Amino acid sequence: MSSPELDEILDHYRNPRNYGEIENPDIHMRDSNPLCGDIIEIFIKVKDGVISDVKFKGRGCAISQASASKLTEKLIGMKIEDAKNLSRQDILDMLGIELSPVRLKCALLSLKVLKTGLYTYLGQKLERDEAEG
Amino acid sequence: MFDPVILRKDFPIFEREINGKRLIYLDNAATTQKPKQVIDAIKNYYEKYNANVHRGVYRLSIESTELYENARKIVAEFIGAKDWREVIFTRNTTESINLVAYAYGLHNLKQGDKIVLTEMEHHSNIVPWQNIASLKKAKIYYIPVTDNGYLETDLIDKYLKDASIFAFTHASNVLGTINPVNELVKTAKEYGVITLIDGAQAIPHLPVNVSSIDADFYAFSGHKMLGPLGIGVLYANRMLLEEMGPFLCGGEMIREVSLENSSWNEVPWKFEAGTPSVADAVGLSEAIKYLTRIGIDNIKRHELKLIEYSLQSLIKIPRLKVIGPMEPNDRTGLLSFILADIHPHDLAEFLDNKYGIAVRAGHHCAMPIHTKYGLAATIRASFYIYNTIEEIDILGNALREALRVFKAE
Ligand SMILES: Cc1ncc(COP(=O)(O)O)c(C=O)c1O
Repeated sequence: MSSPELDEILDHYRNPRNYGEIENPDIHMRDSNPLCGDIIEIFIKVKDGVISDVKFKGRGCAISQASASKLTEKLIGMKIEDAKNLSRQDILDMLGIELSPVRLKCALLSLKVLKTGLYTYLGQKLERDEAEG
Repeated sequence: MFDPVILRKDFPIFEREINGKRLIYLDNAATTQKPKQVIDAIKNYYEKYNANVHRGVYRLSIESTELYENARKIVAEFIGAKDWREVIFTRNTTESINLVAYAYGLHNLKQGDKIVLTEMEHHSNIVPWQNIASLKKAKIYYIPVTDNGYLETDLIDKYLKDASIFAFTHASNVLGTINPVNELVKTAKEYGVITLIDGAQAIPHLPVNVSSIDADFYAFSGHKMLGPLGIGVLYANRMLLEEMGPFLCGGEMIREVSLENSSWNEVPWKFEAGTPSVADAVGLSEAIKYLTRIGIDNIKRHELKLIEYSLQSLIKIPRLKVIGPMEPNDRTGLLSFILADIHPHDLAEFLDNKYGIAVRAGHHCAMPIHTKYGLAATIRASFYIYNTIEEIDILGNALREALRVFKAE
């Protein structure tokens, strides 16, 4: 069961990157997953169509928190348009471990929060399927 | 005393393997497994007796009605009700509590009335009352729980003296705490407060006599006591039932219907609208026969042995923290805990994948008590008649292994 991918997830769980809040963020979104009680809240600053800063807060299982932590690392410097197109597969590749169907929700919560935030920011409507990649 | 290893042979599900391992089922507080006697009784009902009840004049319907009403008598005797009319079949504890909240609460509570609950309630004994309280502008108060998992019994008088309804759990599904129901009901009666006991975690595990407890209402679920899913019970004081209006309305619960109005059927059928789940009532009566055969006292003794052993052995695991009373005699056979900083869901998945151990992870439908202890979630291992000391040892080893795998030593 031990693997470098799992070790990395545990590291992000215990030492989350970009943890905290941003004052006056351009994008601020929060959601939860009733199964594990996971909560993710994302704060984003946007400059010229590019994500200039990201922070997140949350609590929950290792998978949900590591997923958010790793996602924030990926996002800084990314164009909004590219962030909008991130897919479920991108998140699964980023985590690199096998996930059972129930745990997919944990892994994808951060993506859902990100996309809901981005679409709200852009004033666009988000379909439910789209939110989960 | 029974031998759990021999009893297991009655439960077909234990022939199953989970991820190549023998199933170790430790989620009995959620629902118990079913012995073949119960499964066969349900099958036999559908194969030989299936017909709607209370209406037919033909043989099958008469027999089906007899089986259904006989199941009610078996339940009544098992819980010590004086009269079978005091036993109402519902779907589960949740429906039983809703029945009381709506059929009694909605019609009797007034603005400003006081509903008293406790901090250790399951959501099913909180949310219906919140709904009624908001409809009637009544107020809800929660009796606090101490740090070691007991109800603050010193405060009972203060809470009950001007209350209208007191609804509380007999045994907590998170802490395992067995509440002093006799005392609580006695105090409530002194103040003229109507009492409802949530017995979902008590009836399967302890000898319970509803007549000597003397609460107005007592609710429980069949599926947590070897019975099928989809059948529950509300025991209620007959006088109150006679006075109360119906809960759900439709067929079965009426005497006469005209286009203008209807008159109600007699108790208990007044509260059983629509076609009931006869097969499940029969299944429950079979489960009761099974439990009676092995003896509820023996079940309590067996669980006490398991919880004593768990409290001694699991507690030695580094960074394992248990919630609830440390005195095994004050609790039922379940143990909620956290292990280091491993999130309960990650831990539960590990236990299932690597060891075939089924435990609950989360707030177990009791968020307020978790919030009180500053926890978002716990792991809960809950035992029943077929669990063994050996399984607790396997759980212990698995938890030690988890500390290594999750790098939490
Ligand atoms: C204390 C308690 N009350 C109520 C319930 C609800 O039971 P059910 O889901 O069968 O209605 C449960 C079980 O989940 C419980 O443990």
